[in-house]
This record gives sequence, structure tokens and C-alpha cells, in this order.
Amino acid sequence: MMQWESWSAFWNMGGAAAFVWGSYAVTALLIGAELILVLRRRRDTVRRLLRLRRVAPVRDGGRRATEEIFE
Amino acid sequence: MMTDTQDRPGHGRSILRFAAPQVFYPVAGALAPWFAGLAAVLAAVGLWIGFFVAPTDFQQGEVYRVIFIHVPAAWMSMLIYLVMAFWAAVGLVMNTRLSFMMAQALAPTGAMFCFVALWTGALWGRPTWGAYWVWDARLTSQLLLLFLYLGFIALTQAIEDSRRADRAGAIIALVGAVNVPIIYFSVQWWNTLHQGASVSLTRAPSMASTMLAGMLIMALAAWAYTFAVAFWRVRSLILERERHTDWVGAELEAQEGRA
Repeated sequence: MMQWESWSAFWNMGGAAAFVWGSYAVTALLIGAELILVLRRRRDTVRRLLRLRRVAPVRDGGRRATEEIFE
Repeated sequence: MMTDTQDRPGHGRSILRFAAPQVFYPVAGALAPWFAGLAAVLAAVGLWIGFFVAPTDFQQGEVYRVIFIHVPAAWMSMLIYLVMAFWAAVGLVMNTRLSFMMAQALAPTGAMFCFVALWTGALWGRPTWGAYWVWDARLTSQLLLLFLYLGFIALTQAIEDSRRADRAGAIIALVGAVNVPIIYFSVQWWNTLHQGASVSLTRAPSMASTMLAGMLIMALAAWAYTFAVAFWRVRSLILERERHTDWVGAELEAQEGRA
């Protein structure tokens, strides 16, 4: 704790707590949200494409009309 | 189905083989966790320096500590846009689909950093300038950057046909790139309330060395984070676009138990 006399002084940020912590909190929230969305997108993509293959198996590399249902 | 030969496997040892989605997909999957780990370590070190080593600013007091996210976020928001424009240009010239996918994988993260730069700037501006927002050149051009990101995302998602979406997005990315040097040099070209650059290649930085170190390490953390998230995101895009291929079929089978 080189810069601070106590933890309460740290959290107080010289009276600028709302501005400093408001910045860090929103940044942390957005990064957390982005990570969740990216991982969820991965899971949803895999699920959706698997379901698609079950309904309309791709054997000739062609595009099936039934695909549109799930897009 | 698309029959580009350029981005199909078969370039042997050429660097171009990584332009094949099938080749890049596992590479991105292998690299992403390392970049994520690197980002976490760098952020921990950068925050430690920022909060416990860097001294109180003699003019601003403690509120300046917003700088450790504000500047890295602002830098990344500009850099990511330029990288998007670069991939868009490569995609248009070389007709490589992976380039467009990379541009689209980067956009949400760029938009996120752009918003963070604006948000933290507002919270920093209130106690130091007395206003959350002013319409000066730096702030206005940064706000325009956010709209460019959102426009790029909306446009590429709204167009059904992926080839047309790629091309339309590439135009926004390239035209909008003009705004990035305007943001960067705005503090020199116009009289802005926003301060000038604290870091420059041609002169000594106008801040304590520990402050500078914390800021640069946080910038590296943001950079590593961007790599990780963009690589994860591009993998989903590749699966989508390549869904008719046998290799994606095999990959989906492999994932079946886990999804």
C-alpha cells in the first residue's frame, strides 16, 4: 500500500470515488458482457448448425431449402 | 457455393495458407486462450501499478487514475478501426473471405473500447473541466467513430447475402478510416478543451514514469484482450460461413457432446 494510508482512503480516491470507480465498474461490466456474449454465440452457433445438419444433411455441398427456416 | 481458389488450402508453405478459414480456425482457437491469459496478467500488473505504485497527480489529485483505462481504450478504438479498414482493403483486393470475417469479428470490440473511451472521458471531464461533455473536435470525432462502428455492425448484419454484406461493410470501414487521423491530430489542429497527447514518439512523455508504465501495460492488456475476443468471435463466423463444408461437419460432430 504505497500510495494509501488505509483501505478507506483507497476506496475514497481523494473524493473522486464516483468518477474513478464509475469508470472502472462500467469498463469491467462491458468486458464481462462481451466475454459472455462471445462464448454464448459460439455455443448457439454450434447448436444451430448441428440441428440444421440433422434436418437437412449436407452430402453434396448444396444448399437446402429447409435451411432458411433456421436462419 | 463460393469457389474462390485463393483462400482454399493448397498454398503449401506460403503464409497465404492462413487465409483459408479451415486452416485459420484451429490456429485462432489455439491462440485465443493464450492472449486471454496474457491480457489478464497484464491487466493485473497494470492495475497494480496504476493504483498502488503511480503517485497522486499534483494537479488533478486521484481522479487522473481514470487514465489507465481511458487512454488504452481510446488508442484501441482507433487502432481496431484501422485494422478493420486494413482487412477490408485486403478483402476487396485479394478477394479473401477470411479478411472480411476478421473485420467483422473486430468491430464489436472496437465499438466497446470506443464507448469506454467516451464514458471514462465524461467521468473524467466532469471533475476536471466541469462538464461531462463538450462539443470539441476530439470528443466529437471520437463520437463519430462510435457511430461508424455501429453503422458497420448494423450494415453487415442487415444484409442477407454475405458477399454483399462484406463489400458494403468494407466501404464503411475504408471511408470511415479517414476519421481516425482526424481524432488523433484533433488536439493539434484545433483548439480543443481536451489536452494534447501525453505520449509522443518525438519528445519525452509529460507524465511520471510509473504513470506511463501503468498506462502502456494497460494498453498491451487491451491489445491482447482484443486478439483473444476477435479470435473467438471469428471462429463462430467461420463455422457459419463454411457450414456446407465437410470439415465444419466434422468439427460440429466433435463439439456435439459439449455444446
